[in-house]
Amino acid sequence: MPRTGVFICHCGSNIAGTVDIDKTVEASRNFPGVVHADEYRYLCSEMGQDIITKAIKENDLDRVVVGTCSPRMHENTFRKAAAEAGLNPYLLEVANIREHCSWVHKDMEEATPKAIALLRAAAAKAALNEALEAPRLDVEKRALVIGGGIAGIQAALDIAEAGYVVDIVEKDPSIGGRMAQLEKTFPTLDCSACILTPKMVEAAQHPNINLLTYSEVDEVKGFVGQFDVKIKQKARYVDPVKCTGCGICWEKCPSKASSEFEMGLAKRKSIYVPFAQAVPMVPVIDRDSCLYFRKGRCQICEQECPPQAIDYEQQDEIIERRYGAIVVATGFDQLDPTIYGEYGYGQHPDILTGLEFERIFNASGPTGGKVVKLSDGKPPKKVVFIQCIGSRDKARGMNYCSKICCMYTAKQAILLKEKVPDAKSYVFYIDVRTGGKGYEEFQRRAAEEYDVAYMRGQVGKIFPEDDHLVVRGIDSLTNRNIEIKADMVVLAAATVARADAPEVGRLVGINSDSYHFFNEAHPKLKPVETHTAGIFIAGACQAPKDIPETVSQASAAAVKAIGLLSKEKLQGEACTAEVIQSECSGCLNCEAICPYTAITPVEIEERYKDGVLKRTVAEVNPALCQGCGSCAVTCRSGSINLKGFSNDQIMAEVDAICLQR
Amino acid sequence: MSAALNETAAGWEPLIVSFCCNWCSYAGGDLAGTSRMSYPANVKVIRVPCSGRMNPLFVLRAFQRGADGVLVAGCHPGDCHYTSGNYQSRRRLSAFKRLVEFAGFEPERFEVRWISSSEGDKFAEEMTSMTEKIKALGPNRKMRDARWQSVTSKV
Repeated sequence: MPRTGVFICHCGSNIAGTVDIDKTVEASRNFPGVVHADEYRYLCSEMGQDIITKAIKENDLDRVVVGTCSPRMHENTFRKAAAEAGLNPYLLEVANIREHCSWVHKDMEEATPKAIALLRAAAAKAALNEALEAPRLDVEKRALVIGGGIAGIQAALDIAEAGYVVDIVEKDPSIGGRMAQLEKTFPTLDCSACILTPKMVEAAQHPNINLLTYSEVDEVKGFVGQFDVKIKQKARYVDPVKCTGCGICWEKCPSKASSEFEMGLAKRKSIYVPFAQAVPMVPVIDRDSCLYFRKGRCQICEQECPPQAIDYEQQDEIIERRYGAIVVATGFDQLDPTIYGEYGYGQHPDILTGLEFERIFNASGPTGGKVVKLSDGKPPKKVVFIQCIGSRDKARGMNYCSKICCMYTAKQAILLKEKVPDAKSYVFYIDVRTGGKGYEEFQRRAAEEYDVAYMRGQVGKIFPEDDHLVVRGIDSLTNRNIEIKADMVVLAAATVARADAPEVGRLVGINSDSYHFFNEAHPKLKPVETHTAGIFIAGACQAPKDIPETVSQASAAAVKAIGLLSKEKLQGEACTAEVIQSECSGCLNCEAICPYTAITPVEIEERYKDGVLKRTVAEVNPALCQGCGSCAVTCRSGSINLKGFSNDQIMAEVDAICLQR
Repeated sequence: MSAALNETAAGWEPLIVSFCCNWCSYAGGDLAGTSRMSYPANVKVIRVPCSGRMNPLFVLRAFQRGADGVLVAGCHPGDCHYTSGNYQSRRRLSAFKRLVEFAGFEPERFEVRWISSSEGDKFAEEMTSMTEKIKALGPNRKMRDARWQSVTSKV
């Protein structure tokens, strides 16, 4: 019989408010094997942990059950406390009587018996717990950063500075990401390229950083410390070693395609670098529009290239590398507002999204930095900005706030006034949200010094009439209809997850929220970790955020990665599968089902009559096993068990819970 | 006499055992708690690492011991923390549900649901609707082991 101690936490009034603690302690004393039961206001506090360690020693306990918050919260805290008292940490079980009980049930009559049932189940399971040892695993001292925007660049620079090798995988031909597309940045109005380009160059020149641009992650296998990654480097058709970035090829190239970097507002050549400050300054050939690839003739770039760097025969290449840690920083997209017919987006060249308007301001953009209408090349005198296109729209869009729009709209209105002094801006908003250092002051300046008219309300219809756009809306403060004859309309379209985010999430093995933004492991305390150990997230792939927030999150992710890489050995999973080889029939169904290739056949020798019998059985590699338990269910002879979640343990929990019957 | 046997009594409350995978559904249950949502206390959750860990025998055991309903919850297909565990459970448990039906037991007592860690609301809704459904269905009499009853009623 085990000697079990039960400890119940009040969690202030979080548990004690709905669970009768005295009754629960009394009931716990009657569970089989329980020799000690106690309670405390905050078990996770130092005092609370002391109570556990002392009781283990004084009562010679060999099993511990804590009735507390979720094991996903404090299991490790209490395991450490148990270990402090010399107990194997895996002899402790947690009954979740907060998240799964006191917080979801309103009255004591209901919650108390349930808490007792959950504690009884935990005690029944604990009685069958075994001392477990986690394997010690190697750490590959190399990090992978997926995404070469400002988040990825910052994370890579920090990791590289700490002395570890980093590879940045970027799907576009250049690093830089969304920030490279911006004109100026709020609230200080520094030019985006002026602060970003030096960082791009620093990343490219850093001895510890390798840039894998025009590349995509193809496969991620393995686990924390040892991720085996396949990266597809798409064929550029340009030899990056020979290319000097002189630009003659794209100057001479006769064919054109729509520029992704310019949001389709301008053309680029078929051999191109996405923008003037691209890093690396090595062009790529876009096969879909290139005359040579389409029709088999042209080859002007090949003829004109001084160092003869053009190579039409280049193939996609698969690079296989092992990494200890991965930072995912894949950024965001802007919602395509075509789905909202009332705004007329896509039907008139002067109805733009925020990101498109950003390009109009830019000196290297489609208008050469002149703020003019795309329809007739004249400067706009009246510009209407509409906020929350798709954001905060429960009925038709996203519930969330896109966070950056209020600020960039204020910025664009200020920039507009500076470039076109007689222009007037109108902003339709739901609320103006300016949380951030210097943000409120910045927005006030737009309204007070730059004469931007803020109107609380919504727009119902936009349509062209003569040489302008009629914007019809309602001012919800005065409840009056408003009609503005505008020259240009800028839609603050929602910040959304990248179209390929679900695929990236699946590939890397991290989960996302219902909008496909990647989930952090804890919304407050683990903002850059994911539920997959060794994989961290940074930037707008997690949720909409501005540049300062993105950079801090990237540095945080880098620190987490560095912390991991600096370890000599990692502690692996203790709850792994185990084959009872004497009972194994060697069918190897388990080998086929294991997602981690942790099961392999081995030959064993057994005594049989007077001789020796050789037969094949399954064996689990505990370093590879992640403890899912699929093999244990597949095994027809029942000769695989999962440590920590054995058949007997789960059955014991079922029995204990059903005891009320 | 135990409460379950006295099933015509107005006070009869069903017992629902829910097996939740650690990474999605159990976390979804945690979120339901953190968000202070509410669902009936009839539901008791057992944590398993993955829905792929669900041996149908665990479900049978619960019914044998008098559970009135069993709900297995895992990550959405495609989102399994262990890549493929919920694909295994999806096939295995849907076959199992048909077997249960074939054996003459009400298949509605056994359900499989996909609940992610961000779906606290869905967790609470599923637990509530399962409880209501089982309440309407009445106690599990076919699969309950009467011998176990007589043992436990003395405890």
